[in-house]
Amino acid sequence: MTDRELQLKAVHLRQKTLEAIYEAGAGHTGGGLSCLDILNVLYNRILKVSPETFGSPTRDRYVQSKGHSVEALYAVLADRGYFPEADLKTICHYKSHYVGHPTRHIPGIEMNTGALGHGLPICIGMALAAKMDGAAFRVFTLLGDGELAEGSNWEAAMAAGHYDLDNLTVIIDHNTLQISGHTRDVMSNEPLDEKWRAFGWAVKTVSGHDYAALTEALSQPAEAGKPTCVIANTVKGRGVSFMENVAKWHHGVPSEAELKQALAELAAAEATLKGAL
Amino acid sequence: MSAPAPSMFTPAAKAVAEKIGLKMGRANLDEFSATLIELAKANPNLIAVTSDSRGSGKLGPFAQALPKQLVEVGIAEQNLVGITAGLAAAGKKSFGVSPSCFLTARSLEQIKNDICYSDVPATLIGISSGVSYGALGSTHHSLHDFAVLRAINNLTLIAPADNFESREAIRFAAKATKPVFVRFGKAAMFGLHRAETKFEAGKAITLREGDDVAFIGTGETVVHCLLAAEFLATKGLNCRVLSLHTIKPLDAASILRAGRECRAVVTVEEHSVNGGIGEAVASVLMQAGVSVPFRIVGFPDEETVTGAQADIFRHYGISMEGLSKVAAKLVK
Repeated sequence: MTDRELQLKAVHLRQKTLEAIYEAGAGHTGGGLSCLDILNVLYNRILKVSPETFGSPTRDRYVQSKGHSVEALYAVLADRGYFPEADLKTICHYKSHYVGHPTRHIPGIEMNTGALGHGLPICIGMALAAKMDGAAFRVFTLLGDGELAEGSNWEAAMAAGHYDLDNLTVIIDHNTLQISGHTRDVMSNEPLDEKWRAFGWAVKTVSGHDYAALTEALSQPAEAGKPTCVIANTVKGRGVSFMENVAKWHHGVPSEAELKQALAELAAAEATLKGAL
Repeated sequence: MSAPAPSMFTPAAKAVAEKIGLKMGRANLDEFSATLIELAKANPNLIAVTSDSRGSGKLGPFAQALPKQLVEVGIAEQNLVGITAGLAAAGKKSFGVSPSCFLTARSLEQIKNDICYSDVPATLIGISSGVSYGALGSTHHSLHDFAVLRAINNLTLIAPADNFESREAIRFAAKATKPVFVRFGKAAMFGLHRAETKFEAGKAITLREGDDVAFIGTGETVVHCLLAAEFLATKGLNCRVLSLHTIKPLDAASILRAGRECRAVVTVEEHSVNGGIGEAVASVLMQAGVSVPFRIVGFPDEETVTGAQADIFRHYGISMEGLSKVAAKLVK
């Protein structure tokens, strides 16, 4: 799939994410849209896993530490055929398996996440298991930048460096906003690249909406003997003009009119992309 | 040189133990360590995870014999539980080993989410539990762990009373496909069981039959229940003793039998009286309409007295003498 084809898919996935949040009456809109291109690249270009191989011990693992962006993940998994797209309309409904954070009841979900600061330690366990077995699979996790205030991330960052886990990649959805506002105001965490390097990681910084750059950064470990940290600079609410870089869309749910406007913007983007294909 | 630790047993209690033929074994933690090494030698997929706790977890020999099967995470209990979960999710039989006081407080969220909610076949070993660390103080005590772990879905919670129960609990955990937590103290324990005893997780073991007072104890308190029952036999009371080694799932049938067949029930635990086995047993009895004179012996809601484990046990009446008094009063 070309970059342009993937970008076209991303428009569809953004539509599905927004519709799902609207139907659920709940969800995390801004962060879902900011990480959607990352998920799109992971599942369509990087991860050696499919609905058919999800039970294989040698599959690549993806654990979404920023579990609140689950609607985007569900949209990507549905698109990849893990479950019917129609299921997206049941998210958060009474007795639905599609809980508002990832659970293993859903095909394609590796671990139950949602409390922040949990994904990286879990992935270290998985990456250690791969090393012990001499297995070639890779392990990926996605962290929010606001999530980095959780101390457990830094316990884990230290351990991954200590154990030279070059089969482990952390992606930071660096949209610089969190629920209360700008991350630099809530709890400043920069310079991220220097911090991760100091913990023994190989660090790459890319645009989290640049398909070629994401693909290059995620295709292989950055450096032998070191875990990889990809700082993906993103825009919260990416793709919908009135949601971009607005903190209140962290978990804002669009009204019917807002959904209509957002879908119209995405339709326009789709038309532009199709024109360029 | 520090003063020798006070004995857990008075001379009178030792005499009763001798009379009924109890033999002193080793610490349950030593039994855990020996069993885990034996299992790990047979199963290269068995991995121990420690948080600078290999010494206190008696895993020094494990680390020496099987260095590739031990993961050290440093003093980082949250990371310990997350890594233990990840190893289990990737096909390893992982045992996370750390002091109960830290494991069940600092990393409770990881136990709840990464192990239990994610439903991975990991085992957590709480070491030096209850007041095993004695005079080190409340930072190092775990008198809340039953309460918090009982309220978490999808966890088998075991507190072995002696070396036999310890060995069997670890063998059970090694085969389990679900989350397990095993809680150990570090004192040397009397052997309480006959050779033919069977261990089944979720089924209490009757150590002594009787129909006056039923002592329902767990972990390192069970021996005191048995000694109290034997002491009371010399006073004309025939007491039942249950080792309630599995706190979750609870053996409601054995509890109900004890409540219906005995004149009184005394529960005993190295835990706060809030949220421990006493309240669990009371809940089973009350909801079945069984009304019986009842006492919970545990740690009151106060700052725990300073002392060695033996001092603290005696202070709160977890001793042959203390339990005998409580039981006799209930059926007077």
